[in-house]
Parts: sequence; structure tokens; C-alpha cells
Amino acid sequence: MEKTFSRPKSMRNVVMHYCAGCGHGIVHRLICEVIDEFKIREKTIAIAPVGCAVLAYDYWDFDTTESAHGRAPAVATGIKRILPDRIIFTYQGDGDLAAIGTAEIIHTANRGENITVIFVNNAVYGMTGGQMAPTTILGQKTETTPWGREPKSDGYPLKISEMLSLLPGVVYIERTAVNNAKNVLLTKRAIKKAFLNQIENKGFSLVEVLSSCPTYWHMSPVEAMKWIDTEMTKYYPLGVIKNNC
Amino acid sequence: MKEEVICAGFGGQGIMVLGKILALAAMKEDKFVTWMPSYGAEVRGGTAHSMVVISDREITSPVITNPTTAIVMNQPSLDKFLPKTKAQGLVIVNTSLAKVNPTRKDLEILKVPATEMAAKLGNIKVANMIILGAYLAKRKTLSLESVLNALPETISAEFLELNEIALRTGFNL
Amino acid sequence: MKERILLCGNEAIGEGAIQAGCQFYAGYPITPQNELTAYMARRMNEEGRVFIQSESEISAINMVFGASLAGARAMTSSSSPGISLKQEGISYLVGCELPAVIINIMRGGPGLGNIAPSQADYFQATKGGGHGDYHTIVLAPSSVEEAFSLTFLAFDLADLYRNPVIILGDGVLGQMMEPVSQIQNSRPKVKNYSKDWILNGCRGRNPRIIRSLLLGEGELEKHNQRLQKKFKEIKEKEVRFEALYLEDADFILVSYGTVSRICKAVVSNLRSLGKKIGLIRPVSLWPFPEEIIKKTAKRLKGILVVEMSAGQMLEDVKISVEGACPVYFYGRMGGGVPTEEEIFKQVIAL
Repeated sequence: MEKTFSRPKSMRNVVMHYCAGCGHGIVHRLICEVIDEFKIREKTIAIAPVGCAVLAYDYWDFDTTESAHGRAPAVATGIKRILPDRIIFTYQGDGDLAAIGTAEIIHTANRGENITVIFVNNAVYGMTGGQMAPTTILGQKTETTPWGREPKSDGYPLKISEMLSLLPGVVYIERTAVNNAKNVLLTKRAIKKAFLNQIENKGFSLVEVLSSCPTYWHMSPVEAMKWIDTEMTKYYPLGVIKNNC
Repeated sequence: MKEEVICAGFGGQGIMVLGKILALAAMKEDKFVTWMPSYGAEVRGGTAHSMVVISDREITSPVITNPTTAIVMNQPSLDKFLPKTKAQGLVIVNTSLAKVNPTRKDLEILKVPATEMAAKLGNIKVANMIILGAYLAKRKTLSLESVLNALPETISAEFLELNEIALRTGFNL
Repeated sequence: MKERILLCGNEAIGEGAIQAGCQFYAGYPITPQNELTAYMARRMNEEGRVFIQSESEISAINMVFGASLAGARAMTSSSSPGISLKQEGISYLVGCELPAVIINIMRGGPGLGNIAPSQADYFQATKGGGHGDYHTIVLAPSSVEEAFSLTFLAFDLADLYRNPVIILGDGVLGQMMEPVSQIQNSRPKVKNYSKDWILNGCRGRNPRIIRSLLLGEGELEKHNQRLQKKFKEIKEKEVRFEALYLEDADFILVSYGTVSRICKAVVSNLRSLGKKIGLIRPVSLWPFPEEIIKKTAKRLKGILVVEMSAGQMLEDVKISVEGACPVYFYGRMGGGVPTEEEIFKQVIAL
């Protein structure tokens, strides 16, 4: 009988620490599938963030480094400039990329570094226990916005992908989600394109993945998947934001 | 021998170059030498200065508090460094841009209308070379030849001849 | 006489890095080290190596982190406020055991302070600087020539111990021009260290992980014990200092960097007056030359420590002396540079 589904070669056979219904595991796997399909496992170097995905290197079976909180794009710049023929990607959450690491992501994008960025936006800080993220939507309750995010005191959710799309150094940005089978497939297609751009030396590519955090959204996994559709995508519409290739 | 020179003036008067040429010439004579600029925000808008120490023995500090010679190209520099110059020291003043009102009797003051003389040579920018020439003739710390040899290292070929003429003009005052 | 060229300390550091095979430089402009960034911009390009003017000091140190883990000799430079920003990155470099060379051309603080020379970052440089139990190797040049040679050495020590090395200079050293000969005449040989820990893609080997996060029970303590063992080895092998007249001195000056030049003049003046005075100049500030100070202190009437700070190295001198003789201090702060006359008066008064 033909085997139609198995663990990607680039993925270690270990149990992940992620909560039930968390999107990180799906995104990790999609990246591994793409790396396998391009046969680039042996030339890939990943930069893991600080946040829930800090332990990504325990799940990926290729060279991976940690980086200080938010600094992954700067670390990626250093690696890529020294090893321009290797495939370099950062994996960053919303706090890492859109709060503490805002300067690094903007300037790395603006330099047009030929790297791939996978940006997982789940609108909350998971690792530290459910505080407000820069991407927390208005009215969303978190540990630090107990009555819901209020623009007067907490500011507005940051559409960092749209901001980055204005930079001439950026070739491709797409926003996807991993809350149903169709969206998972679209996410894989986007990740594949973001890696292909790098392989073809086209420049900076970023995929923003809307992902679920049932634990700190205080929902069941099923409710969380629905919430992405009904609430998150209203403020963060899915689709290609920039495609210059 | 230990000569501590402060060269001071407006930005754009070639103050840094003046100091650097002195330092290069001293190096060519195998003397110990240090050159240090005033740097950063103070360079812009106001008075800039550089410090050159020339000595027969190893130089400890390149920072000069009280110079043995002050070469001043404008009024603010004169006002700042005349009081600091060591007794029996030398102050060379660009009288085109600074008026000397001697308050100290223990200094030798050499007046050179350097900017006007430079204008006569066709370019006020060589006022620094005229005053450098005047310094060399007065102090004899370094030979004119060493300074002439140092010129091509900081002055572009296009302006080399004019700078040489200005240097000799100052020297032969 | 060897052929000499006129160079400022900042440029000499840059050329030291170039000749040591520095392949990557990232930095953000700040006075008084700007000549170094400008020098690297030009020379790295000429040599076909990587220069990046980063968006911040934080980015610069993290780019260095990336270049270093990819196997390159990498450097960043800044001055005091910028070095404070780099501390997070330095702590990560140590935690991940990555080599790097970091230049601090110190200026007056605290806060924005001023741009005048200072030695007030001694504590920050020698005691760790960022979070965690660690040291960086700290080398303090006192001349333009030494700025070149110690930078060259810094790259070797960084690779040898897989640890960041800091060159600690001040505004005078960075800005001052002096004739130098070694730079042109004796191109030192670059050592090659086998780096079997870098990330360059896992072809033909198992994937590698670079990290300082160790969550397993006891893992982080074990990691720290290993780091401390390394620091102990550095303390045993890498102490560097210059000593003058210790044989018969009954009083010595202890100072480093720019200040030690001025102290040397004081020593030679006092010697010519028949005073039995000597000098110790720590070249490595960490590891600190404890032994020689401890040994010498036993037969001294006193030690005068001179710094451009409120008295930071003073503490290490006192620890080394262990009360064997009185330790005095003279310091200038906020950009003040002590003069020969000031120090002379201090010594005479004692």
C-alpha cells in the first residue's frame, strides 16, 4: 500500500511542548515539509525566537540557533552575509517581531536581506502567561488588558506586515492562517514561495500566520479556530499583501 | 625639547590640516609626536582646535592644557587660548580676524594678517599655510623642508603649488 | 629607522582587525569612535569582507552573534552608552560560547555624559556587564601601536576561548594620532582555529544547536561550572601587564591606558630626583594582574592608583594588596585628564 502521509525528514520524532490546539506545531511541520521538498535540510540554518517557539530547535532536525528576544533578524543578517548560499530563516512570534524586535525586522526588511521570515501572530503572549501582544485586537481580554484592549491606554493592534510591505527592500509578504485544512494548505503554499524567493535570490520574504492560542484566549481549540475566522481576520485580512517577484 | 602647540580657529579654516601637517613633518624628522583633535559637537559652528606635541622623548599625554605655542586664527580662539598659554610662550594671531588687546606681558605675540595675505594669493583657504610658515620661521622646531615634504600627504595635487607658495610667503615674512 | 605612518588609535584598531582576518563588522556611529566605523567601511569593502552600518548598537552585536556562529571572525565597536546597549548581546555571546571582539572607546558618563575621554566603564567591562555569571577578556592599550597589536591578539583569544574579548580604550587613545611602524612592517600571522561548533548547514554531520537556554534539571548549573572552569584557565594563562622599577621601588603607581602614559612621565621625573618609585600597568584588566601586585605590595610603603574615574580599578588593586600596604587614589571624572603636575603633587604629598 502506498504511504501517503508521514513525518517530514526535517522533523525530529519527539513530543512537542505546545498546548492542545496551538498553531505552532502545524507551522513547524509546514516549514519542515517545505524544506524536505526543496531538499535544503543540509543547507538550512534556522533562528529560533524568544517566546513559545523558543524550543523550536528541539523539533527541527537541521542547524538552529537561539537569539535574544526580537533580535532574530539581526542574527539572520549576520549569518546570511557570511554564508550567502545557505538558506536562513527566522521564526518569530508577535512579541518578538512586532514589539521588542520592531527595529530589527524593519531594518532587515529595508536592507532587503535575502532571508525568509515566518511570523506567527496569535495576538497574545503565551510564554509569559497571556499578556497583551502588539497584535492583540481591540477589546481582547488578556492578563494586562483585563477589561479588553482599549486604544486610549493600550494603543492599536499593529499591522506590521502592511507596514513592512511599504519598504522597497521587501519582495513578498502574505498573511495566512492555520485554522482549517484549506488555510493550512494555503499557508504551506505561502511558506514555499517565501523559501523559493530566497533560493532564487529575490530578497526579503515574510509570511504572517494567524495562529491559535486556546489557552490564553480562554477557549476550546474548536472555538479558537472559529475566533480566527470571526474576529482576527476582520482586523488582519488574509491574502497576499505584497508580491514583487 | 618639548613643544606643545594648539592650533585653533573656525571650522573650515584648515585647523585640523594645519596640525596634521605639523605632526607629519615631526614624524619625518624622527621626533616623538602626537596629534589630537577637538572632536564631536564642538567642532561644528564654533571654534575647533587640534593639539600637537613634539618632543625628543616619549610623549605621555597628547592632551595640552597650557600650550607653549598657540596658533589662533580667529577672535574666539585668541580669547580662549591666550590666557592659557605658558609664560614665555608664543601666540601667533591671524590679525585679519582677531584683534590683540595684550593683557599679558610674559608672552611673545606674533601678528600675521594671514587671511588678507591669503586673499592676495587668490584663496583665503591658504591662510593656514601662511601662518604655519610664520610659525616655522619663528620657532624653528621643524625645518621648512620637512613641512614641504609633508604637504603632499594631506593636500591634493591640485592645490599643492598654491599651498607651497603660501607656506613660503609666511616663512619669509 | 623603520618606516612609520601617522595613525589615530581608532584607525589602528581597525587595521588590527583587518590584519587579524576580521570578516564581519557591524556598528552604529557614536563619538569618539567614529573614525573606526569609517575606517572599517572603507577597508572591509576593499578586502571584500562584510561591513554593515546597523540601525542600533543592539542590532550590531546581534549581527556579530550571527556572523560568529556562522564561523566568521566578527567585531563591533562603540562608546560607553552604546556599549551599555550591547550588554544583552554580550551576555548571549558568552552563554552560547561564541567568539567576538568588542571595542569600547570610553567617554564620560553616566547617561549621555559627554564625549571627552573617561575610564568609567571599568566595572562594566571587567565584572561581566550584562546578566549572569561571566567575564569577558578585557585588554587596555595605552598607545596607538598597542591599539593595533592588542586588537590583533583579541581575535586570537576570542577564538581560543570561544568568549568575547573587549578592547577598552578612551577618547584620547581613539582620537590621538601617533607614528606607528609595526602595522606596515610586520604583518603578523593569522592563526587558524578549527571551529567544529559552527552552524553552516548539517551536510555530512548531525544538526547542531547553539543556545544558552538550558531548562533541564541541573543543566544550567553544569554549563556554568564549565564556563567558570574556562574563566579560571584564562586567569591562569592570560594575565598581561607592564612593570617598571619594581626591583627597588618602595612606592608604585598603578594605572592603565592613557593615564599610564602620564604616570610613566611622573615616575621618570621622580626617579631623576632619586625617589624609589615604580609602576604597574595592567594590560589585561580581566584577568587582572593580581599576583604581581600582591607580591610587590608586601615590600611597599604605598600604592597610588590613578584613573579617569571615581576609583574602579582601585577596588581590584585593594583586593590584590590584601591590606599589605596603604592604597591611595587620585582620579578625574567626566572628561578630566590628569596632568603630570597633578599626579606629581599627589605622590609628593604622600
